[in-house]
Amino acid sequence: MNARIAYIASNTFREAVRDRVLYNLIAFALLLSGAAIFVGQISIEIERLVVVNLGLTAVSLFGIVIAIFIGIGLVSKEIEKRTLYTVLSRPVRRWEFIVGKFFGLAGTLVVNTFFMAIGVFGALLYVAHKFSAADLSILVALYFIVLEFLIICALALLFSSFSTPLLSAVFAFSLFVIGSFANDLRGFAGLSHGLTRWLATGAAYLVPNFSALNVISAVAHQQAISGQLILQNTLYALFYSAMVLSGAVLIFERRNLK
Amino acid sequence: MSLRAKTTVFASISLVISMVASVWLLRHIDEIQPAAAIEDALYINSPQIVKRASLGFNGLMACIYWTRAVQYFGHRHFDRAQTYNELAPLLEITTALDPHLLPAYQFGASFLAPAPPNGAGEPDRAVQLMRYGIENNPDNWRLYYDLGFVYYTELKDYKKAGEVFAQGSKVPDAHPFMKIMAAQMEEHAGDFATARMLWRATYESSAQSDIRRNALEHLRCIRVDEDIANLQAAVTQFGQRTGHLPTSMAELASAENWPGIPADPDGNSYVMAANGLIEVAKPDDFPFITKGLPPGYKREGLPKFHTKM
Amino acid sequence: MAAIEILGLEKTYMVGFWRKRPKRALQPLHLRVEEGEIFGFLGPNGAGKTTTLKMLMGLVFPTAGSARILGREWTDPEVKAQIGFLPEQPYFYDYLTAHELLDYYGQLSGVPAKERKRRVEEVLQRVGLTDVKGVQLRKFSKGMLQRAGIAQAILHNPKLVFFDEPMSGLDPLGRREVRDLMEQLKQQGKTVFFSTHILSDAEALCDRVAIIHKGELRGVGAVEELTSSVHGKVEVIWQGSQIPAAMKALGGECRISGDTIRAVISDRQQDAAIDALRRERVRLIAITPLRTSLEAYFVEKLQHSQTTAGTTA
Repeated sequence: MNARIAYIASNTFREAVRDRVLYNLIAFALLLSGAAIFVGQISIEIERLVVVNLGLTAVSLFGIVIAIFIGIGLVSKEIEKRTLYTVLSRPVRRWEFIVGKFFGLAGTLVVNTFFMAIGVFGALLYVAHKFSAADLSILVALYFIVLEFLIICALALLFSSFSTPLLSAVFAFSLFVIGSFANDLRGFAGLSHGLTRWLATGAAYLVPNFSALNVISAVAHQQAISGQLILQNTLYALFYSAMVLSGAVLIFERRNLK
Repeated sequence: MSLRAKTTVFASISLVISMVASVWLLRHIDEIQPAAAIEDALYINSPQIVKRASLGFNGLMACIYWTRAVQYFGHRHFDRAQTYNELAPLLEITTALDPHLLPAYQFGASFLAPAPPNGAGEPDRAVQLMRYGIENNPDNWRLYYDLGFVYYTELKDYKKAGEVFAQGSKVPDAHPFMKIMAAQMEEHAGDFATARMLWRATYESSAQSDIRRNALEHLRCIRVDEDIANLQAAVTQFGQRTGHLPTSMAELASAENWPGIPADPDGNSYVMAANGLIEVAKPDDFPFITKGLPPGYKREGLPKFHTKM
Repeated sequence: MAAIEILGLEKTYMVGFWRKRPKRALQPLHLRVEEGEIFGFLGPNGAGKTTTLKMLMGLVFPTAGSARILGREWTDPEVKAQIGFLPEQPYFYDYLTAHELLDYYGQLSGVPAKERKRRVEEVLQRVGLTDVKGVQLRKFSKGMLQRAGIAQAILHNPKLVFFDEPMSGLDPLGRREVRDLMEQLKQQGKTVFFSTHILSDAEALCDRVAIIHKGELRGVGAVEELTSSVHGKVEVIWQGSQIPAAMKALGGECRISGDTIRAVISDRQQDAAIDALRRERVRLIAITPLRTSLEAYFVEKLQHSQTTAGTTA
């Protein structure tokens, strides 16, 4: 069982790489280098701030886009191309397929983020000329971004298991935007009454909470991130992803593959 | 089918457990996070930058910042916080994004100016905010009212307040009350009646529950101040008549032929302290009174807002 | 042990905007396929062949009924290790090479690493793709893809193989190759179940066939039996109103229509028939060989009005 999941995961990773997804790193590198050089030139005393803010935001956005673009096709493409039939005619359980795809995509993003992290630290070194202890918190921010990716991957996979690529992209992206304002949504819910309050609160808690995972500004201002937050965010991301994947499995198990 | 059924059961259980766990964790995270979220929002401190960053979705961002402002104040006020540094920036950003978001100005008038813990203690910034609002909404008489309100209640600049009310009364469709207030500022600014008029106006014309509650509290406290002023005057008269100060409220009450011992709006009798000073039984219940406070009294504890909405 | 036992599998889809209208894709099907035979599942497009296959593969869930494959419940995942499937007009992961594809499928089928290596080479050779094993599948022609498909179906040495329209899109050479391969599989003792609408292939390859039309089973039988009844017959048409005794003696079917009589006899009896009729001084109109193909049986079954699904073995 574990072996099959691993094989599916590594094949998914291979597919992403051969689909030239890692070329996005070139665009990222160009962007970051350009920014670092530009900022270094004009010397406005917030070089570090700009590099960290821009770098981490770019890591986050590039990754979200990749996660959604690949994720939405993970299942639907296999059905459309009928490659799924030859896989499922083997002793592969449907849920193994879903989980394997998830790990494959997540793995792709982790690798991608790793290279981007090198880029960010490189740019940082260039503008600040040295590292300080506070820079460790950048790693935490990157870690949180990876947790964000896990959630987005799970969501994209969920939508892919029953919807067309276009709709899946719309749903996944919408949830990303709403999730970024999850705190405000809970604020709205707190201020409303009656049925609206119920619905808003329900939505606010079910929507992925990306606001808590976004510590880019704090890290840019060299604030430390509490260990408690790290632990709870980790658990939250794991449970949330598990919830979404369970949903995807339930849907996929039932699906007639016409 | 049984393998499929097993997978279904397992996946369903997993779904439910993860959902519950996620929600639970989220509540925990909220507890660690809430302050962070607001400060986070304000790393972009300049309204101009926020405006550009909104990519044109200014209206939505304004709503979001407005919600944050209300929540921010609400949380801190409940905790009797002594600083509200982020309130002014939040309101400034809100109104920069949407200059026509009128409730924000009202909120600023009520809560930016008063001293902590009831407000941010920044009356000058409140004035600035109102002026900005008037500039952008010249046809709105209410903003003049809000500005005059700030001059009257916190800055105690009755002359300016009168001017502003007068200006506001000239706006087409202005409420006739603006003229009245302008006139009152001339001679009777310090009167209880004037204050009561103002706070009642605020109460009746606002739809925001925070502002209304605040106004009602003020009205209660004005009543107490008035009562204490009257009672204190009665004590003085008693002293002049009899040559000594009354020793208790009962003595004073019988001398004045009152039906009973006077009580505050909560029904607690006023207390006679040493030297004939009248005091409120529970000063904590009246956050805005200026009279009837025991000597050396410091406001502590949670605000007690008795008024039901 | 039967290789496949289909016990009343049926599928009804709910179609329409509100998914309220039922559409029967497959009537309850009862079928049995023995081990070691090549079984043809025939029918026009849309008859329900692919639906049946997909249900057996667990890709589509039947509305009712069940099946046993190699003695186990068809939903048992262990069954999958012993069967191979080639879907209709397949694509494969086009970013993989043939070698990588087969290796991946081998992994999923649970073939251990060492054996996998060996089997992949073997199978590539068998289907004639050794030269292009390092080429990405996106560069493959239709015929090559089909061969790759067969390769993945037999890679893990399954006992039972399912092919859905294996000849579709192939040129005559390709079809010949596939036919040879299927023969080889049979010689190895494997069971082959394939669906097609090309009757000549079925006639050449199959031991037994089933005919399905509009979701209903119309007929089942051994190819030899089904064709022998029409194979090698001639139709004799002559003028007359009475059947000569000699003709009756030949034992053929006779039909009188107006002033002509038609009789169907074995082609070995041709000469005897001609002699008999000449003796009677009957005017012979025609002697024509009767069509000797599965096609006739096929067409006949399709034209039958609604009958209940056959339950023959």
